[in-house]
Amino acid sequence: MDALNQLPLSIAAAIRSLFGDSHSIWADLTMDVINIILVIVLIVLAALILILLERKIAGWTSQRPGPNRLGPHGWFQTIADALKLLGKEDVTPAGADKFIFKIAPMILFALPMMTLAVIPYGKGMSPIDLDLGIVYFLAVSAVSTLSLLMAGWSSNNKYSMLGGMRAVAQMISYEIPLIFSLLGVVMITQTFSLSKIVEAQSTVPFVVLQPLAFVIYLIAGIAEVNRAPFDLVEADQEVVAGPFTEYTGLRWGLFFLGEYGNMTAVAALTATVFLGGWQGPAILPGYAWFFLKVGIIIFFQMWVRWTFPRIRIDHLMGLAWKVLLPLSILNILLTGLGIYIYDLVLRIGG
Amino acid sequence: MAVERTEELILNMGPQHPSMHGVFRMVVHFDGEIVTKIEPKVGYLHRGLEKLAESRTYPQFIPYTDRLDYLASPHNNLAYVLTVEKLMGLQIPERAEYLRVIFAELARIASHLVFIASMALDIAGWTAWAYCFRDRERILDLFEMTAGSRLTVNIMRIGGLSGEPPTEFWPALKSFLDDLPEMLEEYFGIFYGNEITQARLKGIGILSKELAENLSITGPVLRASGVNYDVRKAEPYGIYDRFDFNVPVRYGCDSYDRTLLRLDEIIESAKIIRQAMRDIPEGSVMAKVSKVIKPPVGEVYHRVENPKGELGFYIVSDGSPKPARLRIRSGTFINIQMLPIVALGWKMQDLVAIFATLDAVLGEVDK
Repeated sequence: MDALNQLPLSIAAAIRSLFGDSHSIWADLTMDVINIILVIVLIVLAALILILLERKIAGWTSQRPGPNRLGPHGWFQTIADALKLLGKEDVTPAGADKFIFKIAPMILFALPMMTLAVIPYGKGMSPIDLDLGIVYFLAVSAVSTLSLLMAGWSSNNKYSMLGGMRAVAQMISYEIPLIFSLLGVVMITQTFSLSKIVEAQSTVPFVVLQPLAFVIYLIAGIAEVNRAPFDLVEADQEVVAGPFTEYTGLRWGLFFLGEYGNMTAVAALTATVFLGGWQGPAILPGYAWFFLKVGIIIFFQMWVRWTFPRIRIDHLMGLAWKVLLPLSILNILLTGLGIYIYDLVLRIGG
Repeated sequence: MAVERTEELILNMGPQHPSMHGVFRMVVHFDGEIVTKIEPKVGYLHRGLEKLAESRTYPQFIPYTDRLDYLASPHNNLAYVLTVEKLMGLQIPERAEYLRVIFAELARIASHLVFIASMALDIAGWTAWAYCFRDRERILDLFEMTAGSRLTVNIMRIGGLSGEPPTEFWPALKSFLDDLPEMLEEYFGIFYGNEITQARLKGIGILSKELAENLSITGPVLRASGVNYDVRKAEPYGIYDRFDFNVPVRYGCDSYDRTLLRLDEIIESAKIIRQAMRDIPEGSVMAKVSKVIKPPVGEVYHRVENPKGELGFYIVSDGSPKPARLRIRSGTFINIQMLPIVALGWKMQDLVAIFATLDAVLGEVDK
């Protein structure tokens, strides 16, 4: 089991040993390239699996089979859909701001690549282990709103613009409780580093110590990735497809990949910060535990999506400003009190 | 120096907008997300049915009525054949009367199921949509057994019905009615009871009693504004006076009560069908009618309670086999008037929900 647990690290060591001096600049460069490729592969694979999973869950909740024609149980459906997207014409509307229109989907796709790069997938398995991991993650993932606004503005379409504006209004509301909900964990661990936060959860995951923060992060996280019931940005009953209305073919596909990548990233952060990341009983290797936890969070997000209707935009803001924000501040207060009392008890006891 | 100014966003919703039912179009003025003005535009599905009727014989027009409110086609058939029968003074056999009630009320349930489904869909409750369509399928199967077609059933004839339901119809109908309470409970769990649904619909789109009466709104939309008016009770047609049923009335005047009222009506319809199943006599389903139907010279108006509102036919006969003039008074066409008044000042999302509560079927609006 230990060998299996260390397998990715042993492979990395083997690749490095090919260069003679395993810490030469060439060995580091090679490993960086491999890490980048692995993250991209992770996003694409996640999107392929998650799209199928989403349709299967949608089918399951609404008592129908879901895609079941192509391959066993319809497993190849997403691949066929992706190929179809590749063959579509790439249309840029005549009135569009062409440069911004073209780079907006690329930005949305680049964000999960940047955020997933700092996640610890196993012990010592962060592609990049940043000391300010949480800050970096939050800063980068907030840029997704900018991408949606760019797409909405540049499309020169009223529905797109309404969707882009909604994205901004929504982001201002949920981003603050989202960040505040993570502060409790930072206060306990005294670090912003994601790998150290995971290591601090060797005895008990933070969901036990920070249940309120966990719930706030789950809710705000769904808003962050613009999924139902907070999918106001692409609400098809109101703004057709929001910022994506004018996009076709591969550019639209990039948005889709980016959305599912962001979903994976938010789920990965939830698993890392609250569910103990790769920590778990030794019956499974660490990275398996990590992906299992990510899978559970994603399943939860999909379950919510296919159960709840869409919330109204002012209700969303009311929820974020009047409920989640006070609760997250309360959580910070309680955490501070708890830490103080814990220290006091330790000092009295010791 | 350029003068900064703000202007309202004019948005063209429809005829190909995902939230529009059919090809309804409205030009909406928005101040941010707030609706400031609505101009409904109808007519994209206009087929000239009233004019077409003048070149068809009386029985030939029955299939055209299917295309009015195509979610409850037996009702349209019923309204039309009752009008012609009233003009001719025709008595139809008892069994046909009962079967007509059964099919009309089944169509009402099917139509209301589609309403709940599309209502849920317009506030993005995808799963509730699938549940309603799953159960509506069983009603369509019943139609298929009897008439051969599922949506445009074309089951009524002048003087009776097109045919007798097969023997397997009755057990299937009974099992559907037995399962109905459980289905309604499911809709309540997934849709009505949901916190977000209630926040989205309660207190939204107030149609006051006075306004509803002044606009001559009919059907469930009127009854959700606290007016106890149902053609089946106010002016019973067919054999509706023989059944014991209530007219559900709600007093909230908002989107939620308009939505919930359909659920109440499904329960009442099921009650009527059960009574009709119990009392239905044996016999023929078709009266003796001459091959060429020539009603006497005269004019007649007859109305029925369609799931969407009051559906009336006005026919002028000159004694020939074809109507000299036919006019259709359809419920939704009148009900849609409330939209530009009631939805003002609400948000874009509320506008979509308020429009959904009208249960508009454009086949009936545009005729």
